[in-house]
Amino acid sequence: MALIATESLTKTYRGGVTALADLTVVVETGIVGLVGANGAGKSTLIKILLGLLPPTKGQVRVLGLDPITQPDQVRARVGYMPEHEALPPDLTAAELVTHLGRVSGLPRTVARERASEALRHVGLYEERYRPVGGYSTGMKQRVKLAQALVHDPDLLLLDEPTNGLDPAGRDAMLALIHRIGTEFGISVLVCSHLLGEVERICDTLVAIDGGRLLRADRIDAMTSATDILAVEVSEGIEELAARLAALRLPVRRDGRLLLVELADDDTYDQILGAVAELDLPLHRLDQRRHRVAELFATREPSHV
Amino acid sequence: MSESTGVIHDIGYQRYSGPRLGRGAVFGALYLHGLRTVFGFGRSAKAKIFPWLVVGIVIVVAAVVAAVRSQLGQVVMTYAQFADTMSWLIIFFVAVAAPELVSRDLRSGVLPLYFSRPLARSDYPLAKLLSLVTALWLLLGGPQLVMFLGAAFTIEEGPRGVWNELLDLLPGLLYAGLWAAVFGVIGLLVAALTGKRAFAAGGIVAVFLMTTPIVGILAILPSQTINELAFLASPMTMVNGVGTWALGDLLFERGGGLPIGGFGPLYAFTAVLLVAGCVVLLLARYRKVATR
Repeated sequence: MALIATESLTKTYRGGVTALADLTVVVETGIVGLVGANGAGKSTLIKILLGLLPPTKGQVRVLGLDPITQPDQVRARVGYMPEHEALPPDLTAAELVTHLGRVSGLPRTVARERASEALRHVGLYEERYRPVGGYSTGMKQRVKLAQALVHDPDLLLLDEPTNGLDPAGRDAMLALIHRIGTEFGISVLVCSHLLGEVERICDTLVAIDGGRLLRADRIDAMTSATDILAVEVSEGIEELAARLAALRLPVRRDGRLLLVELADDDTYDQILGAVAELDLPLHRLDQRRHRVAELFATREPSHV
Repeated sequence: MSESTGVIHDIGYQRYSGPRLGRGAVFGALYLHGLRTVFGFGRSAKAKIFPWLVVGIVIVVAAVVAAVRSQLGQVVMTYAQFADTMSWLIIFFVAVAAPELVSRDLRSGVLPLYFSRPLARSDYPLAKLLSLVTALWLLLGGPQLVMFLGAAFTIEEGPRGVWNELLDLLPGLLYAGLWAAVFGVIGLLVAALTGKRAFAAGGIVAVFLMTTPIVGILAILPSQTINELAFLASPMTMVNGVGTWALGDLLFERGGGLPIGGFGPLYAFTAVLLVAGCVVLLLARYRKVATR
């Protein structure tokens, strides 16, 4: 069963603004990154997945359920973390998350236990008994994540979870999401306008622009066979290039670097052997992943 | 819960396979949370001051009335009159409680967290309304119970006297319910229009107090029909009008009460219509808010 499946999904708001245009995409369980610029239709898609907005046209399935006709069944199994500020300042995190757990249908004692657990998993301990109003942005984001987890959903919808966080906070949040997706057994859909951020933690990437699908694929399919080695030597770069070419390695020059396609682990040995034989000072030899952005960049013109 | 070894293990994330409760339980949870919010439970000490000050005032008044009656044998006010007398205090209570219940949620953006859960859109405003109405009814009806107990234990006619007293109390409690419903539904509707608590509080007080001059103007126009219908113009005098018609001398001295002529049933009908209309508007308001 697909995690999320849409078929020619279209949403046109009153006033003629098209937020989603003929979007057909199927994603499997795991961590899914949904990337697109601001206004690309990410939030609209999430609201349709939650059954909060009816689509103008098309079909949608979440966990095999139809959010238009069975919104309650869908929402019982989905956790949502909104993009914007969403916490009443005078409640404590423990009180708020317990209450929202009960609204999700948990019995009273279970809600209290699971609220403590969820807050612990996102890294809030004694602070949970203080009013949320005094929290830092990072802590508030964690509370928002905890309330999405409290009822043990099968799917988390996270709308820009790293919004407003500093670099360290971003890394911590991404690590947490990765942990939820891999260790907790919960599928996650992460929305972001920063491709570089989500590609680090996702299994699958879905890119949309102007409400249209740019590309949807597993991330290993996007990056497989594109790994290359970057070799930098402080002198003798010509000789090394000739030597590597003689070894039948596909080599290409990029400024002061030599880029060699990585076939298997022998490629390392061959390069190191060549450098040692020529007795050249090796500065660096590292594996370079093709940035996923480059893959999109090559496709984008066909849609523009 | 099952282990009692006293050692804390980090057991990692636990999936939940227990029961998930239905609509009734969820509604109940929202309702109780609302009732707690009104009285400041689960919130800061500062949030408890005003509600409990009001609770203190109504209880003290009821206790004094009961004491005067048992000591001097003089009935200072009847049960229904108690609700009327306290209505001015209840306006301010509503002006604080209703924004606390709904404006705060509108402003803080917490509503998406509610509406992304298996919660019917109408259940959120209805649960909040029911908590506010319950709180108001407790404020107006609870002290009547104090007065009743005071009377029941000092009455001289025995069981028969207690029974008569109870027959006086029940209309008083129903009348308190009418006050609670009218105040609650208007207050909540006004508060649901804005996320700013100060605006909501001001709006609520304005609706109740600013409409009184209109009654005054209509009451002196040279037409008896208009004079008798004048009290419909303000929710407070409208409730008084219903009381005059339905309760008669339980509420006013013989021959007293509002001069509503023969329009009593119309007053009762208008009150029902007002409450129903406000509920419809409230639901419409939240249908719009939920999709944002």
